[in-house]
Amino acid sequence: MTRRRAALFVRIAVVAGLVISLEICCRTGIIDPLTIIPPSEMIVSMVDHIGSGEFNESIVNTFSTIILAFVMAVGFGTLAGALVHGSSRLRDVADPLLASYYSVPTFIFYPPLVALLGLGKTPLVVLGVLSAAPAVMISTLSGLDGVPPVLMKLARIHRLSPARTLWWIVLPAALPRLFTGFKLALSYALIGVIAGEFILSGTGLGYAISFAYQSFDNRAMYGLMLFVLLVAIIANGILYVWEGRLARRRSVG
Amino acid sequence: MSDVSLEAALSGRTWRRRIRAFDAVVLTLLMMALWQVISSWTKGVAVSPPLPTLFYLFGLLRTWMFWDHAAATLTAFLLAYALSALIGLALGLIFGLRRFAGEVAEPVLAGFYTIPKVTLYPVVLLVFGLGMSAKVAFGVMHGLVPMTLFTLGAVRNLPPVLIRTGRVLRLSPGRMMRWVLVPACLPDIVNGLRISFSLSLLGVLIGEMFSSQRGLGFLLINGMAQHNVPLSTAIVTVIVAVAIAANTLMLRIGRPPARRSNRE
Amino acid sequence: MTEQSHVALNEVVRRYEGPPAVHAMGPINLTICRGEFFSVVGPSGCGKSTLLDVLCGLVRPTSGSVHFEGRELHGEVPDGIRVVFQEDSSMPWLSVRQNVAFGLRTSGKPEKEIAELVDHAVSFMGLAQFADHYPAQLSGGMRQRVCIARTLVLRPRLILLDEPFGALDQQTRLLMGDELLRLWRETGATVLLITHALDEAAMLSDRVGVMSARPGRFIDMVETGWSRDRDSRIVSDPKFGSLTARLWSCLREESLKTMGWAA
Repeated sequence: MTRRRAALFVRIAVVAGLVISLEICCRTGIIDPLTIIPPSEMIVSMVDHIGSGEFNESIVNTFSTIILAFVMAVGFGTLAGALVHGSSRLRDVADPLLASYYSVPTFIFYPPLVALLGLGKTPLVVLGVLSAAPAVMISTLSGLDGVPPVLMKLARIHRLSPARTLWWIVLPAALPRLFTGFKLALSYALIGVIAGEFILSGTGLGYAISFAYQSFDNRAMYGLMLFVLLVAIIANGILYVWEGRLARRRSVG
Repeated sequence: MSDVSLEAALSGRTWRRRIRAFDAVVLTLLMMALWQVISSWTKGVAVSPPLPTLFYLFGLLRTWMFWDHAAATLTAFLLAYALSALIGLALGLIFGLRRFAGEVAEPVLAGFYTIPKVTLYPVVLLVFGLGMSAKVAFGVMHGLVPMTLFTLGAVRNLPPVLIRTGRVLRLSPGRMMRWVLVPACLPDIVNGLRISFSLSLLGVLIGEMFSSQRGLGFLLINGMAQHNVPLSTAIVTVIVAVAIAANTLMLRIGRPPARRSNRE
Repeated sequence: MTEQSHVALNEVVRRYEGPPAVHAMGPINLTICRGEFFSVVGPSGCGKSTLLDVLCGLVRPTSGSVHFEGRELHGEVPDGIRVVFQEDSSMPWLSVRQNVAFGLRTSGKPEKEIAELVDHAVSFMGLAQFADHYPAQLSGGMRQRVCIARTLVLRPRLILLDEPFGALDQQTRLLMGDELLRLWRETGATVLLITHALDEAAMLSDRVGVMSARPGRFIDMVETGWSRDRDSRIVSDPKFGSLTARLWSCLREESLKTMGWAA
């Protein structure tokens, strides 16, 4: 058995073990059922509530907001990154900004955004883009930096047009790092949007969870929570595996 | 000063540094201008303009109320940060040194990083109750994982040749730690501390925004609810200033050790 | 000389403005005949790579002219010149076959013809077994063979190589030298090889130019007089030893100058 596969098994075993012990603790009353409900009940609740269709509108709302924020972040971030990369002066200005950007809790801008744009989709999308776009920009810069200069010389020897140089050499060479940026963008957009809905919104899954909590409906709250976490884990997991495949083909081993 | 030496002085790096300083000033002015434009365009509904905000802030800094809330945030943050840093460091060392455990744990930790932890906040509240411990727990939830991951990475990426060199020089374990391992890992660990700082702060603030009666996060939400725009803008400004200052400081601290260990 | 000159450099100088200003190379006067195998040796930093950049048109000379096949170069790379670089220039996202086919993408040739040319080049360089592997799965020497195969498939008339075997061990270098000679004979191209290794230059070339320390100028031209069907076994020929010795005697002082040790 390869080491990676062994690690995977152990990982699944550990997580399963934790879930099972949580289940036992909840069932036997070691953990107060008013605090945490057993995992099995969480799953049942999730299936019930999501299956019943009462949250369909929230689901559509939330995910469409996330996807919109993601697409815009990727678009802006890649363009901005490409522009900045082309000018060393812009780069000198942008580098310290980008280095400090994620030290600021972007989330604190959300209440002013709501005051500015009202409760609804718009401030959530803006929040998502503000959270995600700089990561894309950073990885675009990193990706473009990582194009080996010898390949740019090769492009000139083969007398490739600028468009062809971009499409045949720059993009494929930069792709692994660009993709890391996309993966981060999805993660940040999702976190930003859901956090926004949770704290200050009238619609969406985040709001639904917060509402359930404040209505003391623990069962619904845990069910929805589990759903959101599962979606996040699966979506990010898919991109993570994809990223790994991209990197593995190009590196030793 | 003759023309020749002036030219030499303005050549190369000096010139570049001057342009960079100039650009930084221009950028700051542009951001101020943008701030001003947004606030006047929205007639002060969302943000108050830069200068009034600054005046309000100075006034605010003189009130007892502000420092009461700031202290609450600060206490929660320092606790959360200290816990994140220490536990993260310890876990990171363990996972870095015990390779298999590290391999098992890393995807789980990385996965935890990507989930909206905000959704877990009600659980934290249910477990810890309303109050300081919930905020601290939430801060730790945000700050612990990056610290662990960075430390893990630092230990794992130690070039084996360093350890071999240490053995050849027959260093005692203590000296090995002090002269080889710690300086080599330090840049990544400082980076982890830096990221953990911002994230612990974020966690504490979000906790305050959701359910607290004290703290800067609470002030922010409260200011918004009461349509006290200068207050919320001032709070945002304070938080941004503190975050950037701390980050820049830690970036500077993080650099010399790297250069020192390169020269040694 | 009745042979047509294939490449001609006339009073070529290359300066960089800086700061600081650098006189990298020149004045260089050089004529290479069609089908000749010409090597350039010289101390580090003497401008050998600059010479290559100027020769293929990547860089314009500050003064002087460069002619290829009778036409002057004006800062663009003419058709018919291919370069094998010192660094690995294989594209990690393409398989060996796709790498080799890269240059033919713009040729407008039908797919079948491209596939045939690629297969020929791949087997010529001994990579047939690895045609569908990716560069990351190959050793350094094999990756350079991929780059050479990629050059070969385009039937270039002038092949420039900038220390292509620099990263390889000695045995691989000798074998790759043999491959290069085979390639040279098969394509009939003119070859310019830049190398650090005096023995490599002495063994492979018809003529060797020795460059001085920066700014690089040719201080000696050595005719080797080898026959066209040579290979690495000529190391046992006594003339090989005296050639290498001659090259070193020119080069030694220039190398000392470069390292700052000379008087």
